Amino acid sequence: METNLCVAGFGGQGVMSLGKFLADATCNATDKQVTFFPSYGAEQRGGTANCFVVISDGMIGAPLGDVMDDLIVMNGPSMNKFLPTLKKGGTLFVNSSIVDANIDREDVKVVKAPVTTLALEMGNAKVLNVIMLGVYVGYTEVVPPEVVWETIEHKLGSKPKLLPLNKLAFEKGLEIGRSQR
Amino acid sequence: MARVLMKGCEAIAEAAVRAGCRFFAGYPITPQNEIPEYFARRMPEVGGVFVQGESEVASVNMVYGAASAGTRSMTSSSSPGISLKSEGISYAAAARVPMVYANISRGGPGVGAIQPAQQDYFQATKASGNGGFEMLVLAPSTVQEAVDLTYAAFDYADRDQNPVLILADGVIGTMMEPVELPPMKSDEEIAAIRAGKAAWACTGHKLDYANRSWIQPGQWDTKKMQQENEKAAAMYATWEQDVQVEEYHTQDAEVVIAAYGISGRIAKSVVDICRSAGKKVGLIRPITVHPFPYAAFDRINYDVCKAVLDVEMSIPAQMVQDVRAGVKGRCPIETCLCSGGNIMSREAILNTVDAILAK
Repeated sequence: METNLCVAGFGGQGVMSLGKFLADATCNATDKQVTFFPSYGAEQRGGTANCFVVISDGMIGAPLGDVMDDLIVMNGPSMNKFLPTLKKGGTLFVNSSIVDANIDREDVKVVKAPVTTLALEMGNAKVLNVIMLGVYVGYTEVVPPEVVWETIEHKLGSKPKLLPLNKLAFEKGLEIGRSQR
Repeated sequence: MARVLMKGCEAIAEAAVRAGCRFFAGYPITPQNEIPEYFARRMPEVGGVFVQGESEVASVNMVYGAASAGTRSMTSSSSPGISLKSEGISYAAAARVPMVYANISRGGPGVGAIQPAQQDYFQATKASGNGGFEMLVLAPSTVQEAVDLTYAAFDYADRDQNPVLILADGVIGTMMEPVELPPMKSDEEIAAIRAGKAAWACTGHKLDYANRSWIQPGQWDTKKMQQENEKAAAMYATWEQDVQVEEYHTQDAEVVIAAYGISGRIAKSVVDICRSAGKKVGLIRPITVHPFPYAAFDRINYDVCKAVLDVEMSIPAQMVQDVRAGVKGRCPIETCLCSGGNIMSREAILNTVDAILAK
């Protein structure tokens, strides 16, 4: 079993961190293979950023596949660019706060989460990626949620005051993800 | 040992530190900036030296100097930056100074593209500088292999007193993957390695003009220059023993893919996909691209093999010339190529394989 995930959005939305948290959790707490491959180039805040995460029970051949099983889009341009790569029957996770375009495919599952709005309501726009990570993990259970949280906790170790907010954000995401299964 | 998630560039740098590398000089260029960045942080922790030189030429010559003083030393760059370093590499090869360098290659020629590519095959394997010197060139296809080959590269370099090249690409350099790291060489082991070079390196000698160390990237005496080249050629001839290659399902293969580095890894997954569909496809993946594993191509069963498929992220194809020398006309050779910073598509390889099988 191999899962190909693409995460895409604006630079500054924590797209890379989202992918890295997931890859790190998989590395730390499972015996699965995992790769994280960032697009790199003229990435900047407000530009576009995307990364690919592959999680597999066996050897991983291509760190970025031609066809995605799952796609997380945090903004409109990313949906236009990457939706065609999502396989038939794949799952699209949408930041429904700012992606208002119609999803012109009926052969994919859609999980909507207004992560930008939720993050602002929580008082910190930056946690939108952690909410979305929660949504993804809650929906797919590709790795156990507690393992992902431990990884976030570890990564934020030097900034303990950020932990309560991130915990709240992750749990909110899990709840949304689980509710749409 | 516990596995850790590491970026290819950082894993290469950490493997070098663990192998006893205590001098690194480099100059920024995408997509290898995480190598110098990592060394900048790590070297002070282990009593090593990191220098960001004012240019590629300065950096490679600092490494040439530090290695001449017996210290395990390294530099890294990406394609156009590697070209700039070629003078220093050639000097180190001429002076028989061991050093390790990594090319996290990107699109070319010229300034090319900053995305991954395999356009530097000829440069890496045939002529990394003037003068016809040769090097072991190691081409990892996973982050783990990048770690293992970098760790081993320092031993090869010291054994041969010759530069060793890690030929990776922007995917291997920038992707993250779980790795198990090799053991850290102790300060005592590192000191012993350096002491072992006292016969030729400038490790500090008493004032003794007759027996002082000379680091010479050439000879004024033509006879001596020829002798040096003969000695080097004899050393290159021993490398047959160092050939590393992965041969995967080649025995009964109707199509044998030849691919190295990131393309080799992607091709391997194509072999798995084909095999699960009952298609007889195999892979020859050179791990040392120099010396090239020509003998692996003698082990193909040409009674059933319809074609060898050369897969490279290079247009025009480059490794295909070595593949041709290995196949020796025993079956047709096809290619599946991409370039310009585009990453090899699994689908493209699959389609090419299917087209060959359908013939």
